[in-house]
Amino acid sequence: MKPSLISKDLNKLIKLSNTISYTLSLIVLIVYFLFISILGFAPELFRIFLPDTTITIGIALGLGIIILSIFLTFLYVVLSNLILDEFKAKIEK
Amino acid sequence: MIYLIFLNLLFFFPDFSYAADIDSKSYAAVIFSVFVITTLLITYYASKKTYDKKNYYAAGEKISGFQNGLAIAGDYMSAASFLGISGLVFFSGFDGLIYSIGFLVGWPIILFLIAEKLKNLGRFTFADVTSIRLKQSKIRILSAFGTLITVLFYLIAQMVGAGSLIQILFDLPYDYAIWFVGILMIIYVSFGGMIATTWVQIIKALLLIFGATLLAFFVLKDHSFSLNKLLVEATNVHKSKEMILFPGKLINDPISAISLGIALIFGTAGLPHILMRFFTVPDGKSARISALYATTFIGYFYILTFIIGFGAIVYLSNNLEYLDSANKLIGSNNMAAIHLSHAIGGDIFLGFISAVAFATILAVVSGLTLAGASAIGRDIYVYVLNNGKADERKELIVSKVSSVIIGVLAIILGIIFQGQNVAFMVGLAFAIAASTNFPILYLTITWKRLTTNGAFYGGFIGLICAIALVILGPTIWVDVFGYEKPIFPYKYPGLFSVTIAFFSIILISYFDKSGLSKTNLDKFDKLLKQSYLGRK
Repeated sequence: MKPSLISKDLNKLIKLSNTISYTLSLIVLIVYFLFISILGFAPELFRIFLPDTTITIGIALGLGIIILSIFLTFLYVVLSNLILDEFKAKIEK
Repeated sequence: MIYLIFLNLLFFFPDFSYAADIDSKSYAAVIFSVFVITTLLITYYASKKTYDKKNYYAAGEKISGFQNGLAIAGDYMSAASFLGISGLVFFSGFDGLIYSIGFLVGWPIILFLIAEKLKNLGRFTFADVTSIRLKQSKIRILSAFGTLITVLFYLIAQMVGAGSLIQILFDLPYDYAIWFVGILMIIYVSFGGMIATTWVQIIKALLLIFGATLLAFFVLKDHSFSLNKLLVEATNVHKSKEMILFPGKLINDPISAISLGIALIFGTAGLPHILMRFFTVPDGKSARISALYATTFIGYFYILTFIIGFGAIVYLSNNLEYLDSANKLIGSNNMAAIHLSHAIGGDIFLGFISAVAFATILAVVSGLTLAGASAIGRDIYVYVLNNGKADERKELIVSKVSSVIIGVLAIILGIIFQGQNVAFMVGLAFAIAASTNFPILYLTITWKRLTTNGAFYGGFIGLICAIALVILGPTIWVDVFGYEKPIFPYKYPGLFSVTIAFFSIILISYFDKSGLSKTNLDKFDKLLKQSYLGRK
């Protein structure tokens, strides 16, 4: 039988990489669509002020999502550089 | 909703009798001339290198991850984002933020799911990837069609916006402005290819980020760097008082909101001029780094526009110099950032920001034109008409000639659509990208059972759905055709057209026996391996 193109190690890499990619994607999608759903169904939640400020929960969360998105892309790159790239180098040997 | 309204505003500038005197315009002209001369010099040097495909389409794959991140961010930060979003914040506060978030969240998704794989699998256009394991000719036709139609709608919207904006900023007649932008864009793209287009984009991105940072810095400095203080003062002077801190009219029904969100996220991941940029870096790792920098710059930029919008409320709301007799901002809300620059830094700063806005338009339309030209030269000419066996020199001639044709077409359409409601075209471009380009691309790299027929017919169904639902929806059926009630009730078709596209592709593939053939399955394994390990 012809050996499969997808070796055991490569299979592991694919699984690991998928876990990282889909977990992070899900976080972004859930947070974003939660934000949109609150806007659509319960906008009054976003009118609450943070204590002693004029900053509303809506503004804080909105800016928070932008910062979270940037943070998660950093996290992904760090994980890829540290874990996945090493794995790839091993397979290529 | 409001996002269309604000684009609308961008295209319908009322009388502009702004107090800006000759001074600011001459500053702007000087700064802009320096930009044009520099970019033309770059184009001249680039033109010596664009003798082969790799240099023409992909800048010789020599752009670094950081540079490419800037260029991608540049493609995304159009004049509509900069002026439109800050204007929307000026007008309705919090709603402007909702809009920018929708535009940003597509970026992490692009990085997590497609950026590296795209680079590992493709050479010059995203159709290179979609046609890897499927029948070339059919898939190339669909991908090229998806590219051209997205590019064309996007381009018309940008050109019409450009004409009106330049008319106001530089007192240039609309037609001249369109010709000026069109001709420069043709020169960049046809002579300098991706090398020139990328550097134009990088320089513009740096200028835009620098200008926006300065604006936001001075706004915050006056409020002892406290967001709270800025918001307090803004609510005091804005006529809607603290309503500007709350959700307003942007989201009034959840279905539209989710539908818009889907079109923005998946549309971003299917915009051909953006996808094409991932081929200009040397390897998958640099593609990853590009997406990281792009996300960071775009996110940072949106935070700046939020501050700039609130700054504009504080500085402009009671300043008669910038208001007309009806107490509205002179030249529409989209001029908020421009007026703010004058209020903060006088004529010099106004001149600088105006020049940056002009450079922004020029850079974005160039990127679009190049994406369209490569779809014609490579996908249609080489693969559809010549079975993949065409002389490289001829291919490049076709691409370069196509860029001239697309440029001329953009000029003509820009003039035809002057003063018309073209705002829906950006929404349409995103909807098509999300319902055709993205599903085929994503399923090609992830789903083993995908077949040529599934991708081809399913992709076309997505395309037709997106176009049909926009036509039958409120934006065209009611606003353009003038009927009383829309046949399809929502402005954004994303939720429906993207779902239908995925569903049709999967269903047709599932019943298509050719998907089970050994070659198709073997090809997928090869693709899978290459998508992780790169081209070896």
